[in-house]
Amino acid sequence: MYVAVKGGETAIGHAAQLLAHARRGDTALAELECRQLAGQLRHAVHRVMQEGSLFDETLAALALKQAAGDVVEAVFLLRAFRTTLPRLGSTRPIDTAAMRVRRRVSGTFKDIPGGQVLGPTADYTQRLLDPQLLQCGAAHSELPQADPLPNPLPSVLDTLGAEGLIEAELPPPGDPAPSDLTTQPLMFPADRPTRLQNLARGDEGFLLGLAYSTQRGYAENHPFAGEIRMGELELFLEVPELGFAVSLGEMTVTECQMINQFAGSASEPPQFTRGYGLAVGEAERKTMAMALVDRALRAQELGERITAPAQQAEFVLYHTDNVEASGFVQHLKLPHYVDFQAELSLLRTLRQEHETRQGDPA
Amino acid sequence: MKIEFNFAFLDENTKRMIRRGLLKAVAIPGYQVPFGSREMPLPYGWGTGGIQVTASVIGRDDCLKVIDQGADDTTNAVNIRSFFQKVTGVATTTSTARASLIQTRHRIPETPLRPGQIMVFQVPEPEPLRTLEASEQETRTLHAYQDYGLMHVKLYEDIARHGHIATSYDYPVMVNGRYLASPSPIPKFDNPKLHHSPALLLFGAGREKRLHAIPPWTRVESLAFDDHPFEVQGWEAPCSLCGSRDSYLDEIVTDNAGSRLYVCSDTDYCTSRREEA
Repeated sequence: MYVAVKGGETAIGHAAQLLAHARRGDTALAELECRQLAGQLRHAVHRVMQEGSLFDETLAALALKQAAGDVVEAVFLLRAFRTTLPRLGSTRPIDTAAMRVRRRVSGTFKDIPGGQVLGPTADYTQRLLDPQLLQCGAAHSELPQADPLPNPLPSVLDTLGAEGLIEAELPPPGDPAPSDLTTQPLMFPADRPTRLQNLARGDEGFLLGLAYSTQRGYAENHPFAGEIRMGELELFLEVPELGFAVSLGEMTVTECQMINQFAGSASEPPQFTRGYGLAVGEAERKTMAMALVDRALRAQELGERITAPAQQAEFVLYHTDNVEASGFVQHLKLPHYVDFQAELSLLRTLRQEHETRQGDPA
Repeated sequence: MKIEFNFAFLDENTKRMIRRGLLKAVAIPGYQVPFGSREMPLPYGWGTGGIQVTASVIGRDDCLKVIDQGADDTTNAVNIRSFFQKVTGVATTTSTARASLIQTRHRIPETPLRPGQIMVFQVPEPEPLRTLEASEQETRTLHAYQDYGLMHVKLYEDIARHGHIATSYDYPVMVNGRYLASPSPIPKFDNPKLHHSPALLLFGAGREKRLHAIPPWTRVESLAFDDHPFEVQGWEAPCSLCGSRDSYLDEIVTDNAGSRLYVCSDTDYCTSRREEA
């Protein structure tokens, strides 16, 4: 007669079997290897590492495979694994000026010391579907020959800094260690390092939309892409027992420095201001969006009027995380029988009273 | 590659951090303690706060009961229970009386709790003022000043507009006469069970990164006015299965003609009443 709440255990077991079956797909085709994902779908793997806050290409590729290509689900899988890892220490801060650059462009100067370096970009390709890729084994193009880049490659913004035309990038007074959002809750007011940390692991789509809104009149701040650079950096860990720093290997990062207008104030001469974006892996769209949102979030500090969503720290920072957002939006499909029942009975009471009032001319 | 987990999934330092937060929450009943909530292997919204609280207080001798909507056999309850079986190996039960630790979503069992038991609530939104004031900085200030005028005005406007307070679940409570708190989305039917509860009541909000607590025997009042006292839901029909007139009932649609059946939402309570009869 009544079976609605029975059989949960069997049902979820069957659902898991169906999921595994759907993931594998047609068994007549070869199973995907994680190495292939890491090697040939690098943007997807990088995005999973960025938003999953864990730099491990193999695990990110595994998450992507397990999630059948659902990037947000893969981010979630990686985060849940990350929770179980002990924290052994913090690396030395990275210095992007020391980057082994593969790509470096500036939208503000025609020529820059070291030159514009396009690197592996799709920017100047025509986006025509390439039917050759339908078949495997198409002839692959040769690596172009080029002179090695000067190393280190100086930052474009330094040329403006030397003239005093752009605000100095200084650590906060006392140069305190930044908080770690993965072990401490986000609290307000949030300082800039905390905000940047939040944006760095934030959902690319959300940041992109917010950044776009600042260009369309919601917190206009007249940005120029001062410099975008992408390449490899070596990471060092200070080991107290050894008394020196140990190299942990290399990591790909992308950095974007936006230059924004600023009229100056009573105490400050007119000068350019900065918006900053940095993310693990190749992440140009993400870091450019991040730099625009970072600048918008500096409104209060720079004495600008706060009128747009992108300038409101609580609005932005509470809603960047796609693991949180995905969970809470989707939890609506869980049973809410009890609360719905409560609402039903309230609504019936209210309607009954409404009817009585309507039928009562006095 | 083989992945091994610590007892109850979280590492010992994280569990200790959460227990410190819980101690503070118990010391200041109803106050929302921020904590370094971790990502869990279940999604936010599925009970990550409750799962972290359970993981940080559970011991090898515990007997765990997990309910969702009052039932032990709903899919989410089954999944959370099986998670703890996998990562702790502790005994589980569906019996409210036998459990030492009960994790719940949206209900408090009908069987009265007893001293020594711990009840863990899954909390989606720990801030009772959130729908009235979106900013966390503002709501923290309002709590600091014990300024709950917003909520009283909201309840007053409900009465002016509908003749009733139009909140039927997650009904706000004053804890120990000081902090306005969310009881989690339990129906207001369950609110009286919070008052002077012999069991320790712990609340975990994973996504919002907050803990709060109601220690045993704490005064918990559901907001009301002198001329509009607090009332709970009632049903005209008894439970179709066990005949109970004192329990919270779920409405089941039984055919296309819209026939209805009312049965206990607390499956353990309903089953044991039928076994006794």
